[in-house]
Amino acid sequence: MVAAGVLIASLRVNPYLYFAGYVIFQYIVIATAWNILGGYAGYVNFGTPAFFALGAYTAVFLIQSIRAPLPVLILAGGLVSALLGLGIGYLTLRLRGVFFSIATLALSIVLQTMIINWDYVGGSRGLSVIRPSSPPFGSYVTFLFTVMVFLAVVAVTAARFIERSWIGRGLAALRDNEEAAECMGVPTLRLKLFATTISGFLLGVAGAPFPYYVTFVEPNSAFNLDYAVNALAMPMIGGTTSWIGPVIGAVLLGSAQQLATVTISSEMNLFIVGVVLVAFVVLAPEGILGLVRRLRAR
Amino acid sequence: MTAPLLEVEGLVKRFGGFIALNRVTLHVKAGERFGLIGPNGSGKTTLINCISGALNPDGGRILFEGIDITAMAAHRRTRLGIVRTFQIPKPFSSMTVIENLHIPLEYAAHGRLHGATGSEAAEILRVIGLEAKAHLRPGGLTQIEMRKLELARALAARPKLLISDEAMAGLSSAEVDDILAILFRLNGQQITIIMIEHIMRAVMRFSERIVVLDAGERIAEGTPEEIVGNQAVEKAYLGE
Repeated sequence: MVAAGVLIASLRVNPYLYFAGYVIFQYIVIATAWNILGGYAGYVNFGTPAFFALGAYTAVFLIQSIRAPLPVLILAGGLVSALLGLGIGYLTLRLRGVFFSIATLALSIVLQTMIINWDYVGGSRGLSVIRPSSPPFGSYVTFLFTVMVFLAVVAVTAARFIERSWIGRGLAALRDNEEAAECMGVPTLRLKLFATTISGFLLGVAGAPFPYYVTFVEPNSAFNLDYAVNALAMPMIGGTTSWIGPVIGAVLLGSAQQLATVTISSEMNLFIVGVVLVAFVVLAPEGILGLVRRLRAR
Repeated sequence: MTAPLLEVEGLVKRFGGFIALNRVTLHVKAGERFGLIGPNGSGKTTLINCISGALNPDGGRILFEGIDITAMAAHRRTRLGIVRTFQIPKPFSSMTVIENLHIPLEYAAHGRLHGATGSEAAEILRVIGLEAKAHLRPGGLTQIEMRKLELARALAARPKLLISDEAMAGLSSAEVDDILAILFRLNGQQITIIMIEHIMRAVMRFSERIVVLDAGERIAEGTPEEIVGNQAVEKAYLGE
């Protein structure tokens, strides 16, 4: 898959395709990361923008202070967001169901307020980021696209591994019934913290290349509500119980949004997500995967 | 006399100003069939929650095989061998019946990466009499099958002490006999059993020794015959 990404990058087709493709692969990472906590463990996170933006702003800080190279930005962004995930895990241990979700929503708002008041990374005005010169491929966007393909492969591989290991089975047990899982020997607390941490890490990783992608970072775009809605909608549409679900959802919804942005208007994005999500919740609550499974069972 | 498997010493549990357990002491011997009865709200389930680790007591201590487990996390108690069933069955509803058993087999009975998990789960289902339903989701089970799944899943954790919390409530007379037979058979395999039950016919037939709780206090202890003739017990259930 990485090879395919590099190949696509070397084709030098219309540069806009890389620009749009980056967003789709970024959403594969985000949806996959969200699903580790939301789909496998059943903890619905509304705070995706917080984790994503923390990755982005960690990168901004490191660019501003030491002009760190991209791999360092990605790793650091991931680690800082992982720490946030671990912290949120600890703080919200006793919160289940909708209360956990409300807490994560609040987190996003608190973090955005802090960034708005931090001038070093641009505050509310935002900050221009200058891309490093001489990218390994033709253009920097093509390079970023390839990086994002690689990150998507890493995220999906990690999710697939977790799902098929004892960790995934333990998470499924605690999603079904936390009390029963604990009584059957599942260390629910440790597994939950693992899920919030790894999910946070991957969301941070997705956000770290963002400053170089947009070249102008400001709080409203980094903390955009789109991320919270899409991170939740994509796995729901694809199917939350398997690693492939978020990928399907991200590709379908991501492409539809990109198409709508070009052909209709950029405001149509969330409208499409809303309509599709409502349709799925009503008609196919287990997503496309559930739909396929039902058709096969006939 | 065998050493006690489980020792509960002066256990206290308060919910705000309400005292749910007031210095409850009881000892359960290895291999024993132990009955715990009492009127509704007498603290039976609270006591079980403290023993299994779902609640932290406010005073007293709990020893299992001589080890102090008062503050131990619930999943670690399960690994030591204290396993409970729930009054209202709590199956893992997204998994099939046999997958429900894989969770405790993997997490409590063996450590990870054990190849025999599948055949062991099938064996337990056969013993309980659920093998025909192995690949169904719990949503498709009847009431008694659901109770059997609770028991089967608890067995998969390889308990030394099985706490059965009203496993027979709502079942027909024949079904009660069915569950009783299973519990007798398990006890024959050296599993100590604490039975909490409102169905007196079952608990009197099953238990070797019974402790009676009323309003968070232990009011009586003895063989089923002694309990039947006990004045205090009669008063607790029927009033004066």
